[in-house]
Amino acid sequence: MNVLQWVFVITAFLTVGAAVMMVLSRRMMHAALWLAVALLGVGVIFITLEASFFAIVQLLVYIGAILILIVFAIMLTQRTDESGPRLNAYAWAAAGVAALIGAILTFSMAGWMLGNTGLLELGPAFDAILPLGQALVDTEGFAVPFEVASVLLLAALIGAIYIAFERKGERS
Amino acid sequence: MTAFWQDPITFLRLWLENLLLSWGVSERWVLLIRYAVGAILLATAALLFVILQLWLERKLIGRLQDRLGPNRVGPWGLLQPIADVLKIFTKEHITPAGADRVPFNLAPVLSVAAALMVWAVIPFSATVFGADLNVGILYLLAVGAVGEIAIILAGWGSNNKYALLGALRTVAQLISYSVPMTLSALVPVMFSGSLNLNAITRAQEVWFIVLAPLPALIFFVASVAEVGRAPFDLPEAESELVAGYSVEYSGLKFGFFYVAEFLKAFTVSLIFAVLFLGGWRGPGAEAYPVLGFVYLFLKSGAVYLLMILFRGTLPRFRIDQVMDLNWKVFTPLALILLMVIALVDYFLRGGLPLVRVLVLLGVNTLAYIVLDRLLSSRERVRRQPVAQPVRPVARPENLINPTETGVAS
Repeated sequence: MNVLQWVFVITAFLTVGAAVMMVLSRRMMHAALWLAVALLGVGVIFITLEASFFAIVQLLVYIGAILILIVFAIMLTQRTDESGPRLNAYAWAAAGVAALIGAILTFSMAGWMLGNTGLLELGPAFDAILPLGQALVDTEGFAVPFEVASVLLLAALIGAIYIAFERKGERS
Repeated sequence: MTAFWQDPITFLRLWLENLLLSWGVSERWVLLIRYAVGAILLATAALLFVILQLWLERKLIGRLQDRLGPNRVGPWGLLQPIADVLKIFTKEHITPAGADRVPFNLAPVLSVAAALMVWAVIPFSATVFGADLNVGILYLLAVGAVGEIAIILAGWGSNNKYALLGALRTVAQLISYSVPMTLSALVPVMFSGSLNLNAITRAQEVWFIVLAPLPALIFFVASVAEVGRAPFDLPEAESELVAGYSVEYSGLKFGFFYVAEFLKAFTVSLIFAVLFLGGWRGPGAEAYPVLGFVYLFLKSGAVYLLMILFRGTLPRFRIDQVMDLNWKVFTPLALILLMVIALVDYFLRGGLPLVRVLVLLGVNTLAYIVLDRLLSSRERVRRQPVAQPVRPVARPENLINPTETGVAS
């Protein structure tokens, strides 16, 4: 195995381990911090694939925005007692579905042809940002899904503001 | 082969590489050693630089406040920060009861690391830079997230409500101000057509601050807010929050936060100099790359001096003023400027450089005038006096002719 494969194996173990710890940890804040480690691990895997843009976006969006939002939510709803029951009625059903999906994914990945193909080195001259940016505004590319996604996000934003907005007459 | 006095760092790098190759080290390992040595040297240089910077800042703040500043240890007090560092080494580490140990101890390290990570992509001269990352600007913004995580860890791990409040405030401020900061950092990206900091520096035939003074101003103020310095030093407002997220830290761990704060302040000056002031560019910097260092440090030093002046002269904002300024002024302005500059620059791209500069300057001036009108009209509405204060003042006419309400003017 070469260096890159070792890096991948170690990162993969760290990521999966952090994900497992996130589910198992007792305190919500620890779960959030383990989530940060898992997200960072995914970012490192992006780096080993020479997808620097996605690695940075992973850090910027998932850790810089989403994780911080989660931490804010935890801090604002902090309970003194975090020792309640850890499984609810649907836990076993959820575990079954997860196991099923895992089995299907493993099965389909095992038969995938690309699994035995080595990685090509892209070299420093390759710049992935230009084609990505063009694809996002190209009608042949992803312009429509991109715009639909942004409209969806805008709708969510306006909805959130509407729900949180305190109307003048309703103050009790 | 360049001469030593032209470009000492490249000279030393080539010398080291040739030495290792002649020893029979394989090329991959030479590359690895080169990056490792570079990283260690850069981090050490940055941290040593902070010591000098601490002295400079204390001296200048002292002068601003009509004091002498440090003047006992060494000539002009130059050794004062070294004495402080030695003192902080000897102090006891205290972990508060109920603290979450891992986050509590991880936070100071991450805080310094986040500040140092920025230095990896800064182009210091035409030939010297850490990583030639093609997403340089995004990297700068993403690394800020690591700093935010560090502050959250500190606030939460300390098991102290002041620390938690300080951390919440800090992170709220950091997230908010990264919006206009990102939007205004996109303007240099548009001008140069690249996210790479090297390419942005090379594209600055005319400094981008001339082409886009208003985005530069937004970026500067937002970066002052990002590092939490006065007048945006709410996160550690001593009079309200004791010291914010770092209240429970002692000894070297507090020193880490302290160093990170000052390092971040200089780092954002560096970023500003790279994005808007032409980075290492200057007369002769291409032929003699060593001059690039001088130019870059002079430029970022000037920006840093401005930050010290801010700190020494402006009072602290209230939290609602901070958020007002960000969401009601900077973010809309940065959005509008981004669109307007994109459109204007698109039509002027092929034309004369002078016309482009003048038109963009005009657009910025127009935007500034409109902003100023809007803001001052809002001020006029807000500052209507509701009642005249009753203030008995000892003035001759009051003493001779006293009225019930005091001053009748």
